[in-house]
Amino acid sequence: MSSESLSPRQGGLLDPLIQSEAWQRFSHTGFYRFIVFPIGQIIVFIVAATVFLTALAYLVALLIPEPRPNIVLSDQISRQLPGMVISGISIGFVYAMVALGYTLVYGVLKFINFAHSEIFMFGSVIGFAFMNFLSSAGVLADWNPVVLVIATILISGIASGLLAVLIERVAYKPLRNAPRLVPLITAIGISFILQDVVRALASITINDFNLTYPTRNIAFFQNPIPVVIGTNEVRVRMTSIIIVIAAVIMLLALNYFVNGTKAGRGIRAISMDQATSGLMGIPVNLMISLTFFIGGAFGGAAGALFGLNVGNVTPYIGFIPGLKAFTAAVLGGIGNITGALLGGLLIGMIEAFLNGLLPYFPAIGIRYTDIITFGILIAVLIFRPSGLLGERVDEKV
Amino acid sequence: MKLNKVVGLLSSAALATALSVSLVAAQDGDNVIRIASQTPLSGPQSVLGVSMSNAVRLAIDELSQPLVDMGYTVEYVPFDDQATPEVGVSNAQQIVADPSILAVVGHLNSGVAIPSSEVYNENDLVMISPANTNPAITDRGYATVNRVCGRDDLQGPTGANYAAELGITSAYVLHDTTAYGQGVAEYFQDEAERLGITVLGFEGTEEASNFDAIIQPILAQSPELIYFGGIYSQTAAFLAQARAAGYEGLFMGPDGTDSTEFAAIAGDAAVGTLYTTVAGPASIYPNAAAFIESYTEAFGEGPQPFAAQSYDSTAIALQAIQAAIESTGGLPSRADVAAAVRATADYEGLTGTITFDANGDPEIGLYYVIEVVSGDPAEWSNNSIIATLEIPSPLTAAAMAEATPAS
Repeated sequence: MSSESLSPRQGGLLDPLIQSEAWQRFSHTGFYRFIVFPIGQIIVFIVAATVFLTALAYLVALLIPEPRPNIVLSDQISRQLPGMVISGISIGFVYAMVALGYTLVYGVLKFINFAHSEIFMFGSVIGFAFMNFLSSAGVLADWNPVVLVIATILISGIASGLLAVLIERVAYKPLRNAPRLVPLITAIGISFILQDVVRALASITINDFNLTYPTRNIAFFQNPIPVVIGTNEVRVRMTSIIIVIAAVIMLLALNYFVNGTKAGRGIRAISMDQATSGLMGIPVNLMISLTFFIGGAFGGAAGALFGLNVGNVTPYIGFIPGLKAFTAAVLGGIGNITGALLGGLLIGMIEAFLNGLLPYFPAIGIRYTDIITFGILIAVLIFRPSGLLGERVDEKV
Repeated sequence: MKLNKVVGLLSSAALATALSVSLVAAQDGDNVIRIASQTPLSGPQSVLGVSMSNAVRLAIDELSQPLVDMGYTVEYVPFDDQATPEVGVSNAQQIVADPSILAVVGHLNSGVAIPSSEVYNENDLVMISPANTNPAITDRGYATVNRVCGRDDLQGPTGANYAAELGITSAYVLHDTTAYGQGVAEYFQDEAERLGITVLGFEGTEEASNFDAIIQPILAQSPELIYFGGIYSQTAAFLAQARAAGYEGLFMGPDGTDSTEFAAIAGDAAVGTLYTTVAGPASIYPNAAAFIESYTEAFGEGPQPFAAQSYDSTAIALQAIQAAIESTGGLPSRADVAAAVRATADYEGLTGTITFDANGDPEIGLYYVIEVVSGDPAEWSNNSIIATLEIPSPLTAAAMAEATPAS
């Protein structure tokens, strides 16, 4: 979410506005750069993805009006649209937050940290452990739900961030000058170790493998919120709303950190040229640790939010969301923060639309969702090998 | 570098120990009889798998005395198939390589049992399955493959029949894409359609945690019943999310639903769930009271579903080995044991009287429809049994059909 791409272009319709003195002054205020612009960007991405996918769905409905007897596809689309969009956005934000971890690390170290999917899992397990602790102490129901969610996100984010820093120090730092393939293999190894360590700890402490968030019997989290859109009533899950609000706040904070603070400038600098940054007095090791901490914290917080939404986590849940988030990072352009956000939202929305509409095509079905999603990724990479936003922004953070 | 050497030394030492242990194991004489089990001891389904393994251990402890009196030592070798076909097959190869293993009790998952039993059958090693309900298990006609439980081509229709009895007119069918889940879901679907229930969708998914998007088309069509052919770890998570998203219809599953973990994961959403099973909770079997008591005493918690069946499978194996020893006069070959198992007739087990038909199915299978009464896992054994059906295996039914016109 760098604000550089906002530089006024020539000959646009909005030129009179953009070139006006008032706008110029406004566009340089912190309020614009760190609040208005990033939120605007998120809204644009969501609206664009929704419009594009809805148009595509109606196009299919035009070509195949009745894919199954008694099923009018366009009716089903309009009935399911709000539900598909909301579930797409909420899982999309989860993917985006995890994708940030891949993309930040790639930005500074130029390698894919495949253990990041386990950081995500770790966050979800820490979120469970915290809530389970409150629940067994008998105070879970007394906590204000908002405070509870904030505390869970903070605890799992910080724990996961610290774990990511530890992993970097122990496993990746000694390999910093090795060929890029070596840390990649190490990352896969770390990933297995984390899965089994968490599994062992879960078995020792609570003797269970399926870790169920104790919030599942709290009305605040479970009761769907009815929203009337047009003629049909849609029920929105509270946890979906929590994911969206939490993710937007965290993305705003990240944008401020990367583009508005000295440490953020340091991270951007080492992502351009590590050696030179070191000569300029930037503490490279500290900046790399910081990058891992932020990436890990986002992954862990996303894990806790995901756990809250799905209700049940295991030591192995990280793999699939991790893979999707990695796909999102590549789709958006790996190394690019805005790209990770766009990629995550796109993958989430595409998945939601496919899962929502493929059941009407009995010959295809939702078992093809992943195949089609990855097919889209391949198609995009053929035409834009560096991802959707991979080239537009010069600096890779 | 130093560290590498230490690791290398350690691992070669570990390898050497493992080798010597297996050498010792292979050498220790003609009088050792081993019984192996293959169940998921780790992973999401380990709650059932560990309990099955415990029941096998208990059966060997309690019932091997006749063989001990004949001068044999009976040992138990548990294997962890991780509910994964590849792991099951590689374990199977390890099992057949040990000549002292004369019988296998397992598996939990049909998708694992089918390829693994190919290996057993090539080596004449008998498998007695406590839990595999896929028809292909016994329909291959192998002399070595038997089961003490019912079949999915009868279990799926049992569910559909009950749904029709309730007056359900529309259903949405999901499955987990495994041999077991997809198989039973297809049998449910066929019977449901035959009975006039509209099947609004038939979908398979490997998704394990996030069902948000999958629920949308189901909500849009509002079926009166969702049938999910799968295992509790997936189906319970699905049910909890479907309820949170506002689904208000019935939920039904096959015997993969049957675990305390279903209630642990789904919580209050589990209440009212219907499931069919070939294995009720051990408490419904009149002969199983002593088993529940000794199991609880030995392992500190009550048996899970399929534990009683595992106990019966082991008991049948022990009895057959004993019969084979008596008829051959020495340590029997694996083929002898397999033949003796197949000849099992009117065996009074915990779960009923078992007679194998020519394919290795029990001649009469018991099928139950059960309703979940509480979201508390501790209350799982109090689930109410709505219907109990005795259905003959296909071979037995065919024989009965032939016999009827003649008489």
